[in-house]
Amino acid sequence: MTLDNQHLFTETPLVKKKKRDEMIAKIIFMVMSIAMIIPLLFIVAYLVIKAYPSLNLEFILDIPKKGMTEGGVWPAFIGTLYLVGLSLAVSAPLGVMAGIYLNEYAKDNWFNRIVHLAVINLAGVPSIVHALFGLGAFVYAARFGCSVLSASLTLAIMTMPVIIASTREALASVPMSFREACWNLGATRWQTIRRIVLPNSIGGILTGVILQVSRSAGETAPIMFTGAVFYKAVERGDLFPYTLNSQCMALSMHLYTLSTQVPNVKESIPYATAVVLLGTVLLVNITAIVIRTYMRSRKKW
Amino acid sequence: MNAGNYKSLPKRPLWSIVGEKILEVIIRFSGISAIIFVFAIFFFIFREAAPVLHSPNFKLKEFLFSPEWYPTSAVNVRYGTLALTIGTFSVTALAMVIAVPFGLGAAIFISEFCGKRVKETLKITIELLAAIPSVVWGFIGLTIMSRIIMQVTGAPVGVNILNGGIILALMSLPIIVSIGEDALKAVPDSYREAAMALGATRWQIVRRVLLPAAKNGLLAAVLLGVGRAVGETMAVLMATGHAVHIPHGILDSVRTLTANIAAELGEAPERSEHYRVLFLTGVLLFFITFVINLAADLVIRGIKKK
Repeated sequence: MTLDNQHLFTETPLVKKKKRDEMIAKIIFMVMSIAMIIPLLFIVAYLVIKAYPSLNLEFILDIPKKGMTEGGVWPAFIGTLYLVGLSLAVSAPLGVMAGIYLNEYAKDNWFNRIVHLAVINLAGVPSIVHALFGLGAFVYAARFGCSVLSASLTLAIMTMPVIIASTREALASVPMSFREACWNLGATRWQTIRRIVLPNSIGGILTGVILQVSRSAGETAPIMFTGAVFYKAVERGDLFPYTLNSQCMALSMHLYTLSTQVPNVKESIPYATAVVLLGTVLLVNITAIVIRTYMRSRKKW
Repeated sequence: MNAGNYKSLPKRPLWSIVGEKILEVIIRFSGISAIIFVFAIFFFIFREAAPVLHSPNFKLKEFLFSPEWYPTSAVNVRYGTLALTIGTFSVTALAMVIAVPFGLGAAIFISEFCGKRVKETLKITIELLAAIPSVVWGFIGLTIMSRIIMQVTGAPVGVNILNGGIILALMSLPIIVSIGEDALKAVPDSYREAAMALGATRWQIVRRVLLPAAKNGLLAAVLLGVGRAVGETMAVLMATGHAVHIPHGILDSVRTLTANIAAELGEAPERSEHYRVLFLTGVLLFFITFVINLAADLVIRGIKKK
């Protein structure tokens, strides 16, 4: 049988349909992806435009005035720093060590499956349930009262899974041969982790810690009943306004209060608070992304 | 070196050996701390809730199946959470109707259709989308979204199921996209190559090969999205309005289980019946999310075994 070359390379109706479907599918999926980005840009732009009249450094450094209808967000800003710092001090060591246990020590048996499940569940429990836990355990049972301490501990437990998950992932990306080589030289398990595994995965672990910061800075529900208050009188620019036992203000809580509880607020103030909170969180996240990209580009294997 | 003088080799000092053992114990303890915390969460919430179970005003059947929530009524206190449960599920369902097609579509686009640069950009955008705090989402719902909804639909109030649904959809998109993309990435390349060798286009590969092969992973992605939406508090507190009743349409205001706790806990006197019932709703939420997360994990584990 001889084939007519001309005929062989023309598109049959079937091929045409196939290509058309391919184009349509690609365009639909692309539109769906873009539809995800548009809201992000739109929202950020809208918030910034609305916030513009109040948006300056003075807004962060000033205290709220005239029943929170004017002024800035300093007490809330510094309160968020307190809460984030304290919760980080608890959850970072605990989370990193839990990640080391799960990746380096745990064998694949039923017990460690339960540990794994517990971590997943800890991440999945609603934030308001964490708030109830914080209220029942830290505020009442441990008698810490409504305080910076209770709120930070609640935040720490809530955000620990973020650190565990990224530590695990970072450790798992270190090739097994690195460890085997080290063991063959007579190093113990811990020496191997300390000298070989951790130095090679520090970027990933750091990313997780940074993500914990962004997560805990934005949470509202867990601190609402455990330590954050609507208003606290603080001196302008005071760096140490709170103690472990005192209640504090927080940016996220402040935004909630301004937008739902306080009447006659100057319109740009809640927007500016939202922009400060969003800006802080996104800046922290971008730092994490930059560190991760840098570490990945330096990877030797 | 002969066997006789091995003792002359330098030895690790005792403190180093003991220190290492202690450190390993601490690491093991941190490892199991997650279990301790999960049990502690259940224990402390249930401990606060338990006394109400014996109260004459409280009936379990009423708690689960009655829509009448009058916790502060002076004469006839009723603790029915059905309206709240329906509120939670109506908002979640609407959010999923929006988020699942878009999320899976975006996951397919990222995993199969786009180049490396676009892929990196999209993934970073999704990460940033996931980072937006829920109270900011709530604020967006309260201000921007409610105004848009009032203008477009002519509804008298802009904070309603539609508003909460859209906000929750945007919030659960990132998790659906990233887990969905992982599921598609887990399908071996040999499947794609085999289909391509038969002359299939990318879309045909996606429809006939990848979707059937990755369906469990995609299901897990959807389940985790549902878990996220059910547990969300601040956004729905601010965006869904505050009406404790069974909704008749998507322009009705509702209140969800989570928002109800956040709204009322501050006003409920410590250790009163009302306060304990709110903790009991917390137990209910704990179980709902536990079951969803467990199901998602079993589905994912099922894939790994294969």
